[in-house]
Amino acid sequence: MRHALVSPVILILTLLLGTLPALAFEIEDQHSFGPPEATNRLSILSTTDIAFFAPLAEAFLARNPDLAVHYVQASSQSVQQAIGTEEAAFDLVISTAMDLQMKLANDGFAQGLPADVVQSLPSWARWRDRLVSIALEPVVLLLADAAIPEGREPPRSRRDLIALMRDHPDLFEGRIGTYDPRTSGAGYLFLTQDARTSDTIWRLAEVMGRLNARLYCCSSQMIEGLISGDLVMAYNVLGSYASANLPPDAAVHVVTLQDFTVTLQRTALVPANAPRGDLGASFLRFLLSDRGQQIQADAVGQGVMRPESFVNQPWLRPIRLDPGLLSTLDSMTRRRFLSEWAAAMEQP
Amino acid sequence: MRFLLIEDNADLARSIRERLEMDGHAVDHAPSLGDAEDHLAVARYDLILLDITLPDGDGRTFLQRHRAAQADTPVIVLTARSAVSDRVDTLDLGADDYLTKPFDFAELEARCRAVLRRRGGAATTLRRYADLTFDPLGGFVTVAGENRDLRNRELRLLEVLLSAPGRILSKDQLNDRLFSLSEPVSDNAIEVYVARLRKKLEGSSARIETVRGLGYRLTGG
Amino acid sequence: MRRPLRLPATPRLPSLRKRLIVQLIALSAGLAVVLYVAVRLGAERASEATLDGLLGAATSTIAEELRSVEGGAELDLSPGTFSMLAAMGEERIFHRIDINGLPVTGYDDLPRPPQEPTALEPVFYDADYRDAELRLVAVARSLMIENRAAPVLVIVGQTRDGQRAVAQALANRAALIGLMVFLIAIPFSLLVARAFLRPVGRLAEAVGRRGGHDLRPVRHPAPAELMPLVEQLNAFIARLRQTLSQTETFIAEAAHHIRTPLATLRSEAEMALRQAGDEPTRARLRGMIRATEESARSANQLLDHATVLFRAEQFTQERVDIGAMIAALADRFRPTADLKDMEIRLDLPSERLETTGDAVLIEAAVRNLIDNAVKYSPEESEVAITLTRDGTFARLTLRDHGRGLGGETLATLSRRFRRGPNVGGVIGSGLGLTIVLETAAAMGGRLELTEHEEGGTCATLWFPLSS
Repeated sequence: MRHALVSPVILILTLLLGTLPALAFEIEDQHSFGPPEATNRLSILSTTDIAFFAPLAEAFLARNPDLAVHYVQASSQSVQQAIGTEEAAFDLVISTAMDLQMKLANDGFAQGLPADVVQSLPSWARWRDRLVSIALEPVVLLLADAAIPEGREPPRSRRDLIALMRDHPDLFEGRIGTYDPRTSGAGYLFLTQDARTSDTIWRLAEVMGRLNARLYCCSSQMIEGLISGDLVMAYNVLGSYASANLPPDAAVHVVTLQDFTVTLQRTALVPANAPRGDLGASFLRFLLSDRGQQIQADAVGQGVMRPESFVNQPWLRPIRLDPGLLSTLDSMTRRRFLSEWAAAMEQP
Repeated sequence: MRFLLIEDNADLARSIRERLEMDGHAVDHAPSLGDAEDHLAVARYDLILLDITLPDGDGRTFLQRHRAAQADTPVIVLTARSAVSDRVDTLDLGADDYLTKPFDFAELEARCRAVLRRRGGAATTLRRYADLTFDPLGGFVTVAGENRDLRNRELRLLEVLLSAPGRILSKDQLNDRLFSLSEPVSDNAIEVYVARLRKKLEGSSARIETVRGLGYRLTGG
Repeated sequence: MRRPLRLPATPRLPSLRKRLIVQLIALSAGLAVVLYVAVRLGAERASEATLDGLLGAATSTIAEELRSVEGGAELDLSPGTFSMLAAMGEERIFHRIDINGLPVTGYDDLPRPPQEPTALEPVFYDADYRDAELRLVAVARSLMIENRAAPVLVIVGQTRDGQRAVAQALANRAALIGLMVFLIAIPFSLLVARAFLRPVGRLAEAVGRRGGHDLRPVRHPAPAELMPLVEQLNAFIARLRQTLSQTETFIAEAAHHIRTPLATLRSEAEMALRQAGDEPTRARLRGMIRATEESARSANQLLDHATVLFRAEQFTQERVDIGAMIAALADRFRPTADLKDMEIRLDLPSERLETTGDAVLIEAAVRNLIDNAVKYSPEESEVAITLTRDGTFARLTLRDHGRGLGGETLATLSRRFRRGPNVGGVIGSGLGLTIVLETAAAMGGRLELTEHEEGGTCATLWFPLSS
């Protein structure tokens, strides 16, 4: 794990500079771009890997040489805690956990964005002037070649997948990875969206549970598992992670299931207490610009989609950016959902 | 000739009356319209002299009634009112002529004659003396039946002389009758006209004699 | 000549048109504002009622989704419900569920309703929460938990920014319509004001057109509101007419009272002259007659002049056949001319020449000219009267063989009471020419006096011909 190496350095740096408050929430990684002596400093809190982010930061700093960017990577739950509870000082928050972002915005932790940023977006890509979408990403199924028997087509739907797993339990036993929705915000979001779309997910959970599926906190670990051969299948992985992290020669199929493929929006907001909300907005403007979009697309391969994709891939099912997302965050609803999921996964 | 004078001013009426009577006319005086109606009911007149402002009415009303009754006696209005407006009114209402007060008797006579001549209504009294015949209205004179062309002043002079044949008429008397009293007259004016008249009447048995220091008289036959 | 009277300035109030326009515009501006407020309030009320209904229904649905399970309650919040609540204008949504008076899920600090709702009736209320103005509803129900009935309170709040925005947009549109109405009202007001004031303008025009001398009552049709004004005007005109007729009567009476005694005096003097023999008495009587004659003429012309002025004010307009008038006048003067063995020669055109004006005035003018000619001409002379057409004018020329003008000009001759230095013993007041001049001026004509090279005067009078 990279962060084990980087974070002490950053922590020391942080202490030396004394610009950041003590962070109580758990961070995964952080990095500073640009001249350390720069007085104009943009702080970004994101769920995105630094590796993804670096080209964007560099391109942005190339245009604004007097700026520095401080980038903190954390899990979506930590992001929620940092902003919603601790009110940590960041200028921009980027997360794939749409529901949590929506809750932050709904609860008043986001500030209004400049009109030019908001108005350039279609209505499905923003909520009020608080929360905007910067990328569309499908949630995909990763399947190693090893999981597909000779002469068999890769599954096209969850039903195909269930049939494949039932037919070949030996191939999948203990080698299935998926998010643990109890610990992963993204995993919970993907799962609730699956459940909202189709009841197939419950049968899939039963089958995965019977095959002793392993639960992960993050996409990257599942991908590592696939590469190492520990896993033959990873269910509900962010397409962008898969594209970015799988080696080109990896014997892994990236499957967008055609019964439906949940598509999430990577969203950004400027916290209400941002010290430099203007820098946050201007970075956001850069992310939404043609150049910013191009870099994101290059960085993640085909993982980031354009709205046109929805025309030729009708199975893509976008998660709507609206307070409907809040319903699954209700503690009772979450409790009930997770208990149902656990019951499906852990049958005797 | 017989005049009906309708005039409420007694002094003026008397003097007009006397003046007309001096010339041998008969004049009945009516001081009001009522009296005038009474006179007209019983007598016939050659000419009516009508004042406008009368105690029992407006002369114009009389004029209107008079004309409406188809009476053909000529009327000369003697007006004391503004000549500008009364004139048109009275002529429109059927007056034959009008005269603004005060007036020259000579002019009154002239207008009476003109009216009578125009109307041709009054019976013409030809005056004859010696071989002269004189029509005072028509203004023509014959000597032994032969027409003589006389001008107005000559006619008037002859008329005055004929009014008292054989009597000596002083220059003053003739002046008064011939010339407007308001105009200056040269001393020899009468002599000029007498000379002219004598010439016009040449060949007549009637002659105008000069009575030295006294005046002129008409003799003849 | 006569100048129009300069009256003291009448105090001026703002014009009726201006007032009308201002009032109409103010009215429409008021209507626009009323429209704006009414639409805004109406839209807010209507949408609030609708949204309250929606909010209440959604909250009831959530309350019904609560199920009693072993060990407590279970809830499966439907995303659709929240989406629906937020859909209208992207509202913020907050919820809270209390069981047994304790918050179990949602926002623990969401304000509670001012009074407890019953199962029959939810409670709607407004509250501020997290920097937002919320519209909330509280719904009550009961749930069996561990065999005991537990009261459940479900509170859902939403912002109403979208509703406000919609109401604002509607109100703005109403305001825009109001503004357009207001803008349309401006030209419309102008039209209305014009149409409304047209009768007033027409009446004023009708009164103005008739000229100051037309003393007939105003019979122009007028709206009922203007009738009192017209009646007053007519009453005023009647009074003026009466005053004028009294003036006329006065002039006539004055003439009568001056002339009658003069006439008596004159005829008495004349009689006396006839009877008087001695020269001194005769000379005295002649002097008397001359004096009488002179004062009579002065009185005549003074009165004539007064009449001319009076009539010029009346401005009577009628067609007058000039030729016929001249012929009649010449006839009238013949006996007078005959007395001096004078000849009046008349040369009239075969065509009928007409002028428009006051016949009495025109005749007075012409009569004065002929009177002058006859008066100032020597015995046995000739007065030639010629009438010809001269463009759009009728030209009347009187040529006499009198003494001429003696070097005087028209301007000095016509000055009132002035006579030429060469009048000799001829009686005249000098007003005659003044009368002619004033008449010519009143009817747009002209007078010219020239001395003829062979002696005598040539008076030329132009009358505009009737069109």
